[in-house]
Amino acid sequence: MAESTMKPPKKALSPVKWMREHLFSTWYNALLTLAVGYLLVTSVGPLLNWLLFEANFQGQDASDCTGAGACWLFISQRLNFFIYGFYPDELQWRVDAMFLLLAIAFVPQFIERFPGRKWLGIFGMTGLPIIGYFLIPGGTFGLEVVESTKWGGLMLTLILAYIGILASLPIGILLALGRRSEMPIIRGLSVVFIEVWRAVPLITVLFMASVMLPLFLPEGVNFEKLARALIGITLWQSAYMAEVIRGGLQAIPRGQYEAADALGLGYWRKMGLVILPQALKMVIPGIVNTFISLFKDTTLVLIIGLFDVLGTVQSTVTDPAWQNVAIEGYVFVAFCFWVFCFGISRYSQNLERKLDTGHKT
Amino acid sequence: MKKQTIDSRPAGPKPWYDPRVRSLFFQVVAIALVFWAGWTLVENTLANMESRGISTGFGFLDETAGFGIIMSLIPYDATMTYGRTFWVGLTNTLLVSAMGIVAATILGFIIGVARLSSNWLVAKVSLVYIEVIRNIPLLLQIFFWYFAVLGALPSPRQSIDVGGTMFLNNRGLYVPEPLTQDGFGLVWWALAIAIAAVVGIRIWAKKRQLATGQIFPTFKVGVALLVLLPAIAYFAAGSPLEWEVPALKGFNFGGGITIIPELAALWVALSLYTGSFIAEIVRSGILSVSKGQTEAAKALGLPNGLTLRLVVIPQAMRVIIPPLTSQYLNLAKNSSLATAIGYPDLVAVFMGTTLNQTGQAVEVVAITMAVYLTISLSISLFMNIYNRAVAIKER
Amino acid sequence: MARKLLKAYVSKNQLMFGEKTMRKTKSIALGIALAVGTFTASGAMAATTLENVKEKGHLQCGVTTGLPGFSQPDEKGNWTGIDVDTCRAVAAAIFGDASAVEFTPLTAKERFTALQSGEIDMLSRNTTWTLTRDASLGLNFAGVNYYDGQGFLINKDIGVDDALQLDGASICIQAGTTTELNLSDYFRAKGMEFKPIVFDTSEQTVQGFSAGRCDVLTSDRSQLAALRSKLSDPSAAKILPNTISKEPLGPVVRQGDDQWFNIVKWVLSVQINAEELGVTSANADDMLKSDNPNIQRLLGTDGDMGAKLGLPDDFGHKVVKLVGNYGEMYDRNVGPDTPLGLDRGINALWTDGGIMYAPPVR
Repeated sequence: MAESTMKPPKKALSPVKWMREHLFSTWYNALLTLAVGYLLVTSVGPLLNWLLFEANFQGQDASDCTGAGACWLFISQRLNFFIYGFYPDELQWRVDAMFLLLAIAFVPQFIERFPGRKWLGIFGMTGLPIIGYFLIPGGTFGLEVVESTKWGGLMLTLILAYIGILASLPIGILLALGRRSEMPIIRGLSVVFIEVWRAVPLITVLFMASVMLPLFLPEGVNFEKLARALIGITLWQSAYMAEVIRGGLQAIPRGQYEAADALGLGYWRKMGLVILPQALKMVIPGIVNTFISLFKDTTLVLIIGLFDVLGTVQSTVTDPAWQNVAIEGYVFVAFCFWVFCFGISRYSQNLERKLDTGHKT
Repeated sequence: MKKQTIDSRPAGPKPWYDPRVRSLFFQVVAIALVFWAGWTLVENTLANMESRGISTGFGFLDETAGFGIIMSLIPYDATMTYGRTFWVGLTNTLLVSAMGIVAATILGFIIGVARLSSNWLVAKVSLVYIEVIRNIPLLLQIFFWYFAVLGALPSPRQSIDVGGTMFLNNRGLYVPEPLTQDGFGLVWWALAIAIAAVVGIRIWAKKRQLATGQIFPTFKVGVALLVLLPAIAYFAAGSPLEWEVPALKGFNFGGGITIIPELAALWVALSLYTGSFIAEIVRSGILSVSKGQTEAAKALGLPNGLTLRLVVIPQAMRVIIPPLTSQYLNLAKNSSLATAIGYPDLVAVFMGTTLNQTGQAVEVVAITMAVYLTISLSISLFMNIYNRAVAIKER
Repeated sequence: MARKLLKAYVSKNQLMFGEKTMRKTKSIALGIALAVGTFTASGAMAATTLENVKEKGHLQCGVTTGLPGFSQPDEKGNWTGIDVDTCRAVAAAIFGDASAVEFTPLTAKERFTALQSGEIDMLSRNTTWTLTRDASLGLNFAGVNYYDGQGFLINKDIGVDDALQLDGASICIQAGTTTELNLSDYFRAKGMEFKPIVFDTSEQTVQGFSAGRCDVLTSDRSQLAALRSKLSDPSAAKILPNTISKEPLGPVVRQGDDQWFNIVKWVLSVQINAEELGVTSANADDMLKSDNPNIQRLLGTDGDMGAKLGLPDDFGHKVVKLVGNYGEMYDRNVGPDTPLGLDRGINALWTDGGIMYAPPVR
């Protein structure tokens, strides 16, 4: 879309004029406004009442909830469980440290002109997983071991999404290169791999990983359930990643390939030094979007019995000590996801706008 | 020939620098690796299954299933085979996917257009809807619609009664079932004739328009034909249709058609969720048509409706179709979340209960994955054909 | 994984083609090896289960994802329940420490694969002993820690007091269990119809029942008591008197390791014998001085019963002292004073009119 760089001067409108122009311009617009307005007024009031004004925030246990509004007390009492799962109290500083490092690495990405944010991002993709690898499970450097069966809640959700995306990136790059390869067999294999994984629902993949993977492995070798789920998620995700990256590869003008060839660069150098750096930069918004959808999809692990944040909530809403708190629980989880996903999607939209060099007509 | 090419290079390149040799080598290695990996997997699996006493083969499909399924589009009871449970699950999956695709498309188009509305309130409400719904996990939304709405509905004895024929309660929505009597075949015939006639008229009208420029009201005539012909046939045959009205028997309603709450919740959640994505696609599709196009159409003197139909939509569709296809695919795959709320789809029935009772995980999962692969490929194929039809032919 | 990426990237820039691929394959192989090494739970296949467990320093035990009275985590991940205590007793017998056990929560669908693949050492997950599971899944049931049967939980207001009045009812079931088949068999045999609603986990089953989706919830009777205690108003629901199946529940081990099978079997037997002989966790130390030869053999003050199993001779003393006898285990988790409030019924000792009967320690 070609737009002129100068915007028309803003018209200062009186509220009445503004309303006439934006809400009541024609008879059917007026009707629509009234209908939507009526719906909003009748639904938002009681909703706010339930969410805030009549809700219970303070107290000790279920008896402090009046039942007129939401029982947020339930969330605050169980928050520790929802965030850390069964991770021992005295060791939770390790998880907190990881949360903090994650924030340090990735929050600056939202702030333009933050000094060294590129390096922080690279640290988040390389150094941070290594730190997490030693910190969260423990067992080295005198850290107490915490079995993966004790991980849960929001922490597990983040682990699944973070590792899933990191691990699927290199595999996705290889698959995308394979799909664009001139060797028919390599291309065929990549296409089959990508299309098969993309065609099956994640729930089948998780199910396969949790129940069938042990059958595929030689006797004596086996992975923990979390690791199996991660393997399944990674393979599944790498197919999607490959398609995103392929989009970037295709968008690189032929001239770039030809120029690299003319310089006498071999295949890997051509890709590694010329094509991939451009392509990857171009598909960052796409990668971020896949991350968002993976992040939401990690909730499915509750079906194979892992306690992610939805799983922990689901397992406590049936606690006899708390009655009828299912809605509060779901709203809480929805809010957690919404904050993350909305924030990140805004970031990717910004990026898209910035990377959009205006080649499109 | 060979000698020449080698001689033409002064340094005498080694064969492994020859791109063709290299590519051959890598492909052979790749094939070998894949075969080796596949062979190891099969070997391991067979050895493991034998040592654990798990039987193999597809013989289990002919064994009696012995368990009940709440909803089935084809006749089913517990005395039928495991093979039958597969078809029950498959039809249920296809049903909810098809319903979801239709509803999500309608909803998505409405919201997408509303997002661009000149009405500020409507545009903002659509925006909030899109941003809220698509950033919340689908599984959570399914749980919400299922458990929250279920809890709000009355028990069968306090059913909401719509005119004594339709009933709504927490066991589902009960509607009368039409039972065709003798002579209903006439109506089907009339419908078939009407469809054929409409197709004929359309071809004729197009020809005439090309030849003379006159426009024939194909749409109005078509609708009239499609409604009137079967209606006349229906009354001519003496109204050969009876309605079976649901009635309370014991705990539940019997008779009629039941739309179970699992189906409803899944359908609503899938449509709302996918609809929010489609809305964004539609919006960007419409925005992608440059303003000059509309202005050009106006300059030609086309009325608003025709501008939209002949100029904007065809061009927008070209942008909309590819991402729309992947949304349809996602919806079909996401329908497998049914298993979380007990809707008997393929994953819940076949990969759930059947697998559990037979223990033949490898066969069952292989069949299930093959089905999803087929569904995905057919949706892709269908949408590709459609895409080719709407794509603007470049000269 | 990121390291792998880095390595691959560095090598891409520096090396010639042939070497490069080799390096890269190597680094990928390294990455995989690392991953395998990290997550591998069990060691070589040659070692026996007992050796493996001793080497690990703890017992890995498969339990439910949450079922009050049988295996239920609190929000700190402390597990309680009769199935959990069965695991703890085995840990106490091996290590003299009832806390040397880690729990793996499993859904009904995964439980057997987890055991078969060696992910867990024993399965104590409310599992029914059937011929098929014994014979064709490669498993051994090491005894029965709870005799159960399938029953029905109904809402009182539907006014039914016998299962034969349930014709046409909607019934909530949990997937992956024997209950689905029992239910179909029962209704077919009685010429009745029903509408099954199958949920994946017991939480969802309860939610479905309390939301009014079904008239009846069917499961093992013990579970019904547990699920009923989870309802927002337990007094509005009741359990019908009918029992439509036999469900002997007990710990399960893999086939092919008889020593391990014996250990699990005899730890449970020791607990039942201890109750019969009046040895409790409270008086276990005093009983060491008992001159009853049965008690002496049980607690290991006489004979080498433990050595025969590959355990310390005082394993019986440790089990009873640290976990308790069968009766204590029962009362603590599912007995009348717990939210489940289950009477001993047929789970009473054979001397009290029940069918709990353990072979003698001799």
